[in-house]
Amino acid sequence: MANRTTWDRIRPYVMIAPAMAGILTFVIYPMGYLIYLSFYKYNLMNRAKSKYVEFDNYKQIFTRGDFYKALGNTLVYTVGVVALTMILALLTALWLKRNTRLNAIIQGGIFIPHIVSIVSVSLVWLWMMEPSHGMLNALLRSLGIPPSHWLQSSRTALVSVIIVAVWQAIGYYALIISAALRNVSPSIYEAAALDNASRAKVFFRITLPLISPQLFFILVIMTIGSFKVFDIVQIMTGGGPNDATTTLVYYIYSYRTTNIGYAAASGVTLMAIIGLLTFVYFRLLSRKVHYQ
Amino acid sequence: MKRMEFNYGRWLGVILKIAMGLFFIFPFLWMLSTALQTLKETLSFPPVWIPASPQWDNFVRAMNGGPFAIYAKNSLIITGSIIVLQFLIMIPAAYAFAKYSFVGKPLFFGMTLLAFMIPTQVTFIPVYLLLADWGLIRTLWPQIIPFMTNAFGIFLLRQYFMQIPQELIESAKLDNATEFKLIWRIMIPMSRPALATIALFSFVSHWNDYFWPLVMTDSVSIRPLTLGIAALKETEGITNWHVIMAGNAVLVGPILVVYAFFSRQIVRAFVYSGIK
Repeated sequence: MANRTTWDRIRPYVMIAPAMAGILTFVIYPMGYLIYLSFYKYNLMNRAKSKYVEFDNYKQIFTRGDFYKALGNTLVYTVGVVALTMILALLTALWLKRNTRLNAIIQGGIFIPHIVSIVSVSLVWLWMMEPSHGMLNALLRSLGIPPSHWLQSSRTALVSVIIVAVWQAIGYYALIISAALRNVSPSIYEAAALDNASRAKVFFRITLPLISPQLFFILVIMTIGSFKVFDIVQIMTGGGPNDATTTLVYYIYSYRTTNIGYAAASGVTLMAIIGLLTFVYFRLLSRKVHYQ
Repeated sequence: MKRMEFNYGRWLGVILKIAMGLFFIFPFLWMLSTALQTLKETLSFPPVWIPASPQWDNFVRAMNGGPFAIYAKNSLIITGSIIVLQFLIMIPAAYAFAKYSFVGKPLFFGMTLLAFMIPTQVTFIPVYLLLADWGLIRTLWPQIIPFMTNAFGIFLLRQYFMQIPQELIESAKLDNATEFKLIWRIMIPMSRPALATIALFSFVSHWNDYFWPLVMTDSVSIRPLTLGIAALKETEGITNWHVIMAGNAVLVGPILVVYAFFSRQIVRAFVYSGIK
């Protein structure tokens, strides 16, 4: 009998043990190790030669132009992707709000880019944006508009990457926003209709305030997601031309073998940014729960 | 007269909506068209929409551009193992979080939350060094075990488990059912939609993953399809777009088939997850 109660007491721990072991090994320990590495000049070939360098890696980060360039690119990318996706997804969701068969099919269609691998998406757009034989320049030429260099000029490369990212994201966020729109009680709209409120007024005074918690939520999720951008850059531009599309994660990636300590310090910086955004996210989450 | 005008506007709306849908699907149609063109057709202006005679050879050529049988096998092994491992670990953990109260539960739950938020882009360097220490870098394990704990799955499943009526569990316990039987006979069957959602979400994200295999592998024999297809860009140079697109179509194919069958569940999975 005594055995049974002991077993009862430790059972929940046994049940969560494998899951917690995974988290400890592959999330928590690596976070600590990353911070540790960021204080070292790490020697990959001969670890005994690794040297403790205090804050040297961090001092280097904040004095180097290429880091600020990567951070700046990431910020431009994030602001561009978040703002454009937000506006276009909101418009799409409003347009496809009604629960009809056609709307469901269209929503299913615009969602496809989101479930396809970023590798495929990047390669298809790389081909379409090819300056001499690509589809986009053929289209521009036939409309009498001068063709663009797209990804091959440092002036247009980042914008081109943003276009692809927005194109991929719209379907997904339109879906989440339209779920939010459908949760708004119809009786509120009926009341507004009785008052003869104009459509613009209904949107700005009723719809927007009612879905604003979800919109904030999406805003934070999208910002965190955009800060981690890597795949699309790696495949489409390789950070170029002239570092025009080097983002924070790409920057870390490019130092991962040559200067591990420095890459780790950049990683800690990314972790801090994401931590801050996550904090905001949970503040919003708790407030949202509070509302309901 | 009034009715005519109404219909006119409606049809315009329908046409515009279809145009928008096409805007998102067109690149994939263009990928297929290019995959069946000759090199000459891909270089022509104005572009060739429908190839004169479909060049199925492009697919053969793409698949000969690398060890694609190995890539495909790796992708299947990695994705399959991740899903099995995640389920074995996630179900008991979700059950414990849903049905027991124990000392330290908020702490462990907080750890799960942390795992949900910290992206692989932050942890990849230390995890690589760790797995190198364990001597696993030349195996498929680095692409599998770091994903053993599916935090999103634990959250979703816990939610489902909590909704299962306590009476059902009590009556099973009166019948002397063991905890294992309880999970196997009641919890799992009753949370099938959640399990399907989690499996689909896991399949899509790991089948499509590019970053993790890129930073974890340094030899061709352990790489998945995504890396193989991306490598076609290097091996085929910058002109053979018909071959690259043929390879690309092979990568997109399985996902679109799965989507065609499970689109509702997949859409739901993504709406739930919030973060990809």
